Amino acid sequence: MSNSFVAQGQDLELQGIRKEFPGFVAVNDLDLKIPAGEFFALLGPSGCGKTTTLRMIAGLESPSAGKILLGGKDVTNTKPHERPVNTVFQNYALFPHMSVIENVAFGLRQRKVDEPLKRAGEALAMVELEHLGERKPQQLSGGQQQRVALARAMVNRPSLLLLDEPLGALDLKLRRQMQIELKAIQMEVGLTFLHVTHDQEEAMDMADTVAVMNQGHIEQLGAPEALYDRPKTAFVAKFLGQSNIFVGEVTESNEVVSISYNQTKLSALAKRCEKSSGRIAFGVRPEKVQFHEDKPEDNPGLNILGPGQITDIRFTGVSNQYQIEIPKVGEITVFAQNIGRSPVVELGATVWVSWKVEHTFGLSDLPSGTEIAE
Amino acid sequence: MAFVAFGQSTPQKQQGPTKSGRIALVLLTPGLAYLGLFFITPLISLITTSLKTASASGVIGRYDFALEFGNYAFAIGQYAPQIFRSFAYALIATVVALLISYPIAYFIGVKARNKPLLQGLLLTLVIAPFFISFLLRTFAWKQIFSNDSFIVNLLKDIGIFGADTNIIGTDFAVVFGLVYNFIPFMTLPIYASLDRLDLRLVEAGGDLYANPATTFWKITFPLSLPGVISGTLLTFIPISGDYVVASRDFLGSSSTAMIGNVVETNFLRIQDYPTASALSVMLMATIVVLVSAYVRRSGTDDLL
Repeated sequence: MSNSFVAQGQDLELQGIRKEFPGFVAVNDLDLKIPAGEFFALLGPSGCGKTTTLRMIAGLESPSAGKILLGGKDVTNTKPHERPVNTVFQNYALFPHMSVIENVAFGLRQRKVDEPLKRAGEALAMVELEHLGERKPQQLSGGQQQRVALARAMVNRPSLLLLDEPLGALDLKLRRQMQIELKAIQMEVGLTFLHVTHDQEEAMDMADTVAVMNQGHIEQLGAPEALYDRPKTAFVAKFLGQSNIFVGEVTESNEVVSISYNQTKLSALAKRCEKSSGRIAFGVRPEKVQFHEDKPEDNPGLNILGPGQITDIRFTGVSNQYQIEIPKVGEITVFAQNIGRSPVVELGATVWVSWKVEHTFGLSDLPSGTEIAE
Repeated sequence: MAFVAFGQSTPQKQQGPTKSGRIALVLLTPGLAYLGLFFITPLISLITTSLKTASASGVIGRYDFALEFGNYAFAIGQYAPQIFRSFAYALIATVVALLISYPIAYFIGVKARNKPLLQGLLLTLVIAPFFISFLLRTFAWKQIFSNDSFIVNLLKDIGIFGADTNIIGTDFAVVFGLVYNFIPFMTLPIYASLDRLDLRLVEAGGDLYANPATTFWKITFPLSLPGVISGTLLTFIPISGDYVVASRDFLGSSSTAMIGNVVETNFLRIQDYPTASALSVMLMATIVVLVSAYVRRSGTDDLL
């Protein structure tokens, strides 16, 4: 593709963006910087303000306060049609009265780009739909419509491409396929992508950087591996994958921080803790936890809990998910891969669980509900 | 064996459609009977009447069956100005009604979409004139337009009209009355189209560098075309045949007579049934031709 017009992604910067609707604050003083060429995901549950943020960047809503900078230029008060930003809408928003190729050529025609139909044809070829250019959008399948929406946005070579849960309406298999294609296209053209989604797997799979959003603010931002390995808040620990969380008083605070959790000592490395005094929460990922049929020997490198009973076993294909009820401790979730080496245990069996101290992470807050418990 | 099996299964397969076909026929009968009785029969009667010739007995209002195609030539020759005027009035009134109705419909269907109370109130206002007989409403306009009315005198006094200006009985008064009477028929279908318009498409237009005016002409307007087409048809067709507004008893004069007025005069006063019928048939045929050309040209099937 040798397009002469803008073909470069640009930095996006949000400074203290706030959006108030009558009765509630949708986005609360948000600061965010997305470097050019990055695939950035804004991840959060519905109602967290991620779509409102995207609409403000597109210019479809105006912020109550704050600034939006694109490539260093203030575009806060720029009209949507004057922003070098394109959106792939959640419902695709293809124009039903135009053919597929005219849909794709629409933006080019508005900007008076030469040979709009040729370029639109190339964009359709990129999403492998060049043979369907004359059809009407409603004659295409959901996945095809999604690709047309993508081609329609990308053909304009925007500085920033916004994706508003574009894969939400597709079935699992098609979604996986589209995720791979989308990522490949982004790497190929080097545009800045901002992807809004509530699907944590999708965000982790595709994005270079993920920002987890909750109640109008960003809880944590980082590379998917970092976020998963060291969630800093209880919300992130629970929203991004699953976590076992334990709350207790700090009893020891050196290179290793220990808490007393129902008379059991649990430890974490100090560098993996957000706080090291008072009442704090520890967490561990279910796949980092192992279970044992006999009590494991005490070991300063291990956190051990037990004995408890297996109350539920769920087969999920590549792994089994076990629920273990430990008296006075509560329920612990353990994932074990089905590689034929894990101990064969049955419902009701008595087991101990353990995990390495370095797999524990210490959170900055307590999970909601635990403040009043006990 | 296979053939036998196939042969046996065929009649069984046909039984379904035949049965449902019979049910469909039963369901269609009332409609077909209605059409036959109240549309086909009068139509045939109208066409045969239009070809009749004056009775040999010489009694006024009596006609004998014939194939007198000269009636059509006579009607055209005699009433060409009224025929032309009908379609000219209908065209102008339809365009004016569209220009007035579209913004109203747009406001109710798009701007007031999230305000159900305001939307309901505005829709009620659009259909409110229907609560009063349109004869009375047209009479009211006759009062307003008449030469010694308060408003006309006032406009003359402040110099907007000349002292000898005459409004009643002019082309303006008739077209005004037609537009006024048919605005709801234009507004409601356009409103129905715009109310269904997916505003995310409008947002997508803005996102794709189209300014608000371009977005309107490229997206909003084409998507509201089904409503515009129905509205213009619901306005143009009845206006072409209207005989109340343009009549001398209401807003018109002898110089504003439309086909409807001529048909009325021929049927009810002169009792020249063949000419009146020929005019009616021509009016109907012209409308059918114009409307089908219009609908085909606007390509509405694409939008459905």
